[in-house]
Amino acid sequence: MKSISCPINGTRPLQEFQYGGEVREMPDPDRASDEIWTDYLFNRRGEPGVTREWWYHQPSGTWFIAERDIVKDEFLRTYLYGSETCDE
Amino acid sequence: MFRAPERLKDEYDVVIIGGGGHGLAAAYYLAKDHGITNVAVLERSYIGAGGTGRNTAIIRSNYLTPEGARFYQASIELFQDLSRALNFNLFYSERGHFTLAHSPASLRTQRWRAEVNQHLGIDSDVVGTDFIKRTIPEIDLACGGHQPPILGALYHPPGAIARHDAVAWAYARGADRAGVEIHQKVAVTGVEIRDGAVTGVHTDKGFVKTKKVLSAVAGWTTYITSMIGLRTPLVIHPLQALVTEPLKPWLNSIVVSASLHLYVSQSSRGELVTGASLDPYPVLSMRSSLDFAEGSCGHLLDLFPFLGDIKVLRQWGGLCDMTPDFSPIMGTTPIAGFYIDAGWGTWGFKATPISGKTMAFTLAHGRNHDLIKAFNLSRFPNFQLVGEKGAASVGH
Repeated sequence: MKSISCPINGTRPLQEFQYGGEVREMPDPDRASDEIWTDYLFNRRGEPGVTREWWYHQPSGTWFIAERDIVKDEFLRTYLYGSETCDE
Repeated sequence: MFRAPERLKDEYDVVIIGGGGHGLAAAYYLAKDHGITNVAVLERSYIGAGGTGRNTAIIRSNYLTPEGARFYQASIELFQDLSRALNFNLFYSERGHFTLAHSPASLRTQRWRAEVNQHLGIDSDVVGTDFIKRTIPEIDLACGGHQPPILGALYHPPGAIARHDAVAWAYARGADRAGVEIHQKVAVTGVEIRDGAVTGVHTDKGFVKTKKVLSAVAGWTTYITSMIGLRTPLVIHPLQALVTEPLKPWLNSIVVSASLHLYVSQSSRGELVTGASLDPYPVLSMRSSLDFAEGSCGHLLDLFPFLGDIKVLRQWGGLCDMTPDFSPIMGTTPIAGFYIDAGWGTWGFKATPISGKTMAFTLAHGRNHDLIKAFNLSRFPNFQLVGEKGAASVGH
């Protein structure tokens, strides 16, 4: 069984988690051009390699960020939003 | 069955990336309909190795948007005559397609789907449990008490299955005989673009000049688009399927249950072919899991308890390039000479003939065929999405 390391609860089975999409910075909707806004709205990275993603630990209600190799399906790092710099 | 050219030429009129059903069909119709034969199909692996040989081979047209319904209906009409047209037995077999309803809400949805289908000219209706039981006597309408009972179904008589890899072989042979070159074991490593226009393709067997490239690699599209910095909404999820050992023919229909995340049919070889819903998060690998086999077999037994002693023969995964509106992405792109045939998610196999025909037209004329205009990549920045709730991966 596959397991994921939750930054709060430690290593838990995959079934307790939910995928929440790629981490994307929202441009300022009042200033962004139509091109930048529709790119943010619809387009995704989706390409092979390491992707930063939102994940959710359902039993504890914890949202966090995972860096995952989406070809190998390997979780490289997980951390809470805003704490990536003090993680290392 | 077709030639294996030893080396790439220096230049082609069209290079098609991807030797799946869609790419090979596009090559075939380029030669047949438009007389363009200086064409190379480049396949990284063997033909039909991707989605073409990994889907569950279901063909239907009971879609819910006018754009989708007329597109898939045109595909069915090509499929019905395709064995003759390609002189190759595709084992095309009309079976009738049931989408089971396990709740009053689902039955209402199926009634709505039938009405929309009929309005769009698609042969589709709601049937009751009597009809289901008469057509499929082995089904347990009560689902053994493990699932909500079956109350009725959406029924689509033209629903069919075909031998999917034969579709790739037949188009490959037809294209080859018309002069197209099919290169297996040739991987594309880059697409050369000068001043916003395609000038050639880099491969692991060297560079070839061309002004027109078609990317027809479905689940691998982000590999190609990331080479040229073309952003798309595509997200790749695996979808898993399995077959059982062969049985004597007993299941003539195609049975789908969205509630149970299951679809099942019996192939011409007698195997039961079952597929599931998408894996819940993106992965670009075709691995298959025990979780899937366990879940899928459990749900198969909910419908057909007598299969308890039947063994699973093999299981596999395929890649589904999902779009946010469950419609494909087809035609021209902002890069001159770069054409795309992608976003085939869970609905690609049934579209093979019509996507080949319309993409060939689009490549030959440099403008989008009428049937695929609505599916252009520009629909996203233009906010003209084609929300297709008739796709297999949409829950009702």
